[in-house]
Amino acid sequence: MNNLSNRKFIVGLIFLVIGVIFSIRLFTIQVVNDDYKNDSDQNVLREIVQYPARGLVYDREGELLVYNEAAYDLMVIPKQVDTLDTLAFCKLLEIEKVEFVTKFNKAKAYSTYKPSTLVKEISSISYASIQEQLYKYPGFYVQTRTLRRYPRNSAAHILGYIGEVNQSTIEKKPYYKSGDYIGKSGLEYSYEELLRGQRGVKRVLVDVHNREKGSYKDGTNDTMAVRGTTINTTLDIVLQEYGERLMANKKGSIVAIEPQTGEILALVSAPNYNPNMLVGRAVRKNYPILSTDSLNPLFNRALMAQYPPGSIFKTVQALIGLEDGVISENSGFPCIKSLVNCHNHPSAQNVAQSVKMSCNPYYYSVFKRILQQRRAKSIFKDSEIGLGIWNKQVLKFGFGQRLPTDLPAIKRGTVPGIDFYNRWYGEGRWAFSTIYSLSIGQGEVEVIPLQMANLSAIIANKGYYYVPHLIKNVENSDTIPSIFMKKNSVGIKKKHFDPIVEGMFGVVYEPGGTARRARINDSIVVCGKTGTAQNPHGADHSVFIAFAPKDNPKIAIAVYVENAGFGGAWAAPIASLMMEQYLIDSIGTNNLAKEKRVLEANLMNVEFKE
Amino acid sequence: MRKYGNIFANVDWATILIYLALVFIGWINIYAAVYSEDHHSIFDISQRYGKQLMWIGFALVLALIILMLEGQFFTSFAYPIYGVVMFSLVAVLLIGAKVNGATSWFQIGSFKIQPSEFAKFAAVLALSKYLSTLSINMKDIKTKMMAMVIIGLPAVLILLQNDTGSTLVYAAFVFVLYREGLSGNILLFGILAIIVFVLTLIFGPINIVITAVFGYIIVYGLLKFNLKVTLAALAMFGLAVFVYFNYQLSQHVIYYIIGACLFLLVGWLIIKKELKGKRTHYVGVAIFVMACLYIISIDFTFNKVLKEHQRTRITVLLGEEDKLIEQIEQLKVERDMPDISAEKKQELRDDIGEKRYSLRQLRQGNGWNIKQSLIAIGSGGFSGKGFLEGTQTKFDFVPEQSTDFIFCTIGEEWGFLGTFILMVLYTALFLRIIFLAERQRSIFSRVYGYSVASILFFHFVINIGMTIGLAPVIGIPLPFISYGGSSLWSFTILLFIFIKLDSERLNVLR
Repeated sequence: MNNLSNRKFIVGLIFLVIGVIFSIRLFTIQVVNDDYKNDSDQNVLREIVQYPARGLVYDREGELLVYNEAAYDLMVIPKQVDTLDTLAFCKLLEIEKVEFVTKFNKAKAYSTYKPSTLVKEISSISYASIQEQLYKYPGFYVQTRTLRRYPRNSAAHILGYIGEVNQSTIEKKPYYKSGDYIGKSGLEYSYEELLRGQRGVKRVLVDVHNREKGSYKDGTNDTMAVRGTTINTTLDIVLQEYGERLMANKKGSIVAIEPQTGEILALVSAPNYNPNMLVGRAVRKNYPILSTDSLNPLFNRALMAQYPPGSIFKTVQALIGLEDGVISENSGFPCIKSLVNCHNHPSAQNVAQSVKMSCNPYYYSVFKRILQQRRAKSIFKDSEIGLGIWNKQVLKFGFGQRLPTDLPAIKRGTVPGIDFYNRWYGEGRWAFSTIYSLSIGQGEVEVIPLQMANLSAIIANKGYYYVPHLIKNVENSDTIPSIFMKKNSVGIKKKHFDPIVEGMFGVVYEPGGTARRARINDSIVVCGKTGTAQNPHGADHSVFIAFAPKDNPKIAIAVYVENAGFGGAWAAPIASLMMEQYLIDSIGTNNLAKEKRVLEANLMNVEFKE
Repeated sequence: MRKYGNIFANVDWATILIYLALVFIGWINIYAAVYSEDHHSIFDISQRYGKQLMWIGFALVLALIILMLEGQFFTSFAYPIYGVVMFSLVAVLLIGAKVNGATSWFQIGSFKIQPSEFAKFAAVLALSKYLSTLSINMKDIKTKMMAMVIIGLPAVLILLQNDTGSTLVYAAFVFVLYREGLSGNILLFGILAIIVFVLTLIFGPINIVITAVFGYIIVYGLLKFNLKVTLAALAMFGLAVFVYFNYQLSQHVIYYIIGACLFLLVGWLIIKKELKGKRTHYVGVAIFVMACLYIISIDFTFNKVLKEHQRTRITVLLGEEDKLIEQIEQLKVERDMPDISAEKKQELRDDIGEKRYSLRQLRQGNGWNIKQSLIAIGSGGFSGKGFLEGTQTKFDFVPEQSTDFIFCTIGEEWGFLGTFILMVLYTALFLRIIFLAERQRSIFSRVYGYSVASILFFHFVINIGMTIGLAPVIGIPLPFISYGGSSLWSFTILLFIFIKLDSERLNVLR
């Protein structure tokens, strides 16, 4: 009996040991192990992203350029999808079964319990019919997004487009999540952080059937979506559209700037495209079409095409010569065609006349004086020192550098310096005689149309410029980036601009001037300079820079028409029409013929000269 | 000496207080588990917590009635009560209502009662009565048989109702029989059999047999022969095993070599003591061969005898989900080999399909339940999410959250503090009952006490073990806490009869 009585300890011990084992196990899963806490949150917490509306974009007159349109994405949480009548569902969604299955499998491979987008951008009409039936299909829901819309169908290169973020951006900028939209080009890119707004997150509790059971912690941790900031641009959309019409069937670009502020009024690149082509689902269809088009409509010539400036560059040479003191405003040089070819005209007796007549030998001589100032014994060394000084001066005009404007993908152009020619010819193996083409804006110098318009603005301002920009103001903010408020001097005395302006007046109004077609009417005085840029690829480019009115200029413009020949023939009338449109808001009857001629011209397929 | 007038005289207040605490814990946690904004009054009769309050009221009335009765009543009527309950178990098979696949309910209007719950205390009464008969000796084979019949009859009848969980409860009586003189080896043998069963399923029969042979050679060799012979045998067998493992090397080898050696050592020492040196040689070998056969038969039992859902339960418990995925991947590789016949390919495809089906079963069925249960308990942390703040149980991630999985609610809302207190309460209750049982003068009361402790303990182990992933999913209630009138009343009757017997212990002559 005693033996058996001891067995109470064995039984008691077993009971006690189990109690201890359970306690240890509970301690492990409840206190030591944290995984279950995450799993628990994952079970019941659903994050519902609140997408903000992207900021609106207006032109300088308050015309709406970009707005948002509601779009609906069909989302799926694969784990919650029950037995599915695939055929009926595909019919509802208006997609092929194969496509549906592929997408569904892809979503499942990504995650079974996280939502994936199944069908993007359902139209509001299909959305209505889908929404009615959706309750039959657990695991699917519709998320509202917004699409960009461009009511004016123009200014595509300026406004840019948005698209889904790519993986490398997601890795670099933690704000973005897969499926987010981001500005890919134009203002959408430059002002992305203003326009995108702030995403909000709502956390809700759901039960095992994924039914919402209320907000998490009474919504105290939820964030509201903050809509994107509205942006007012400097663009004059009427002028922009007019420019696009004028440039139809032509290759080239127009840039118009308000000289006193650097505000870009119009920035046309032709050929162009309708910005609505690169919206939402249409991107997949249209982007390949646009990017393989031989005319390259996606290419923004105003910022990315680097052209020889041609004769408009003579204004720069004259200004440097005057500032250097190697010429005076009354310096005259004979038109000796053996130095460099020229057209027939009397010899220029002063700087103004040289600009008016665009005399090539005159600028050959001016540039020679600028470079060769006997700073060294060797003519090679002398030219080198001269070029170095000249190069620095030219850069002050905004040439040969990326103008820090508010559009991405801008080119810098080329202003050749000492290193450039040393690389090209070898050190001490070049002199003025090697590089004299620069004197008339040919040779190795290259500029973009924006820089040409800026040159026009510099002359209009007589010595300074503001970096051309598109931002006028931002909602809830008094300032724009300081770089656009800074006055940039080109380091040339104001008085030296007088003969240039006189010459540019002569170009339009005096006998022997090269751009009589640039006149507007009796009350508005236009100053301009033509250029006819030779290029190795084909017919000469037609170039014109201008500003008006002569006193207190309101608009400075550059027009570049590829392969259109003489500057006065096409670029000058286009510039004139643009200025008239901007200054008077309409085209006078005296200029309707000019307008008709431009609108009807097709300069797309000008024959290449051998 | 009888004390009239005061029914609470000599009752063990410690036990009653633990009982009341557990019942209260159950009630508020049922409220938390099924709480909804629409019915926020804890007394709302239309909800489970309101009903549970009613059941509790009835249970307390039952307890009072029992305390008012004479202890003598139960000893006298033990067999008649057993008879009536056994009859009702048969009756329920014939006219009972089917709930959740088990034909174990009498339905009268909207009121349902489960006779199998009351079979427990009936069996306990009958067993106590039988074992307290003066002419009884546990060593007799007849006594053992008779005891088995008393326990086995309700077990079989309940099994016929297709209620496996309630049947298994009768295994708890092994503790009672052990205390009353059943050989300890049977207890040990049972535990060993379970351990080997699990090990075999985890590691495969071949590995266990190899391990067993190693262990046997070491133990037997050292005891019977000398060191040299042992080492030689080990080397030879080791070589054979090495060849075998060149094909399939398992990383767990070291664990079960150690484990098996220990078991065999214990086993051997027992055998040696029992037989006292008489022909241990042959008996040892015979037992060893039987053990190996048992190990090999486990695989067969598991795959051919057990039903699919039972297999799933065990697979889940052993955490074999990863293993299944691994096997599927391996079969896929084989299937995609270029140089296999179409026949073989089809065969492999079928295998993959079958395994995928099991995996789905695992994930959606018991596997999912256990995972959710662990998540609910685990997410409670040290101090819990707070009363009514649990999300996993309230939002139905956990199944049966007011009945079999009520422990999840406690774990989630009260954290480790809550669950630990519950462990202490239960363990204290079991030990207290054993203590009380040991101080009884009558064998009837002692057997009865041990039976109560064992049955409560078994429910506790299986129910909580299930929710924390240490036992297979078997649907039996947590005593005093789970929602349900029948189980609460049956446990209350079970316990209070013992409290009554204990309060009268001094009246019994030795």
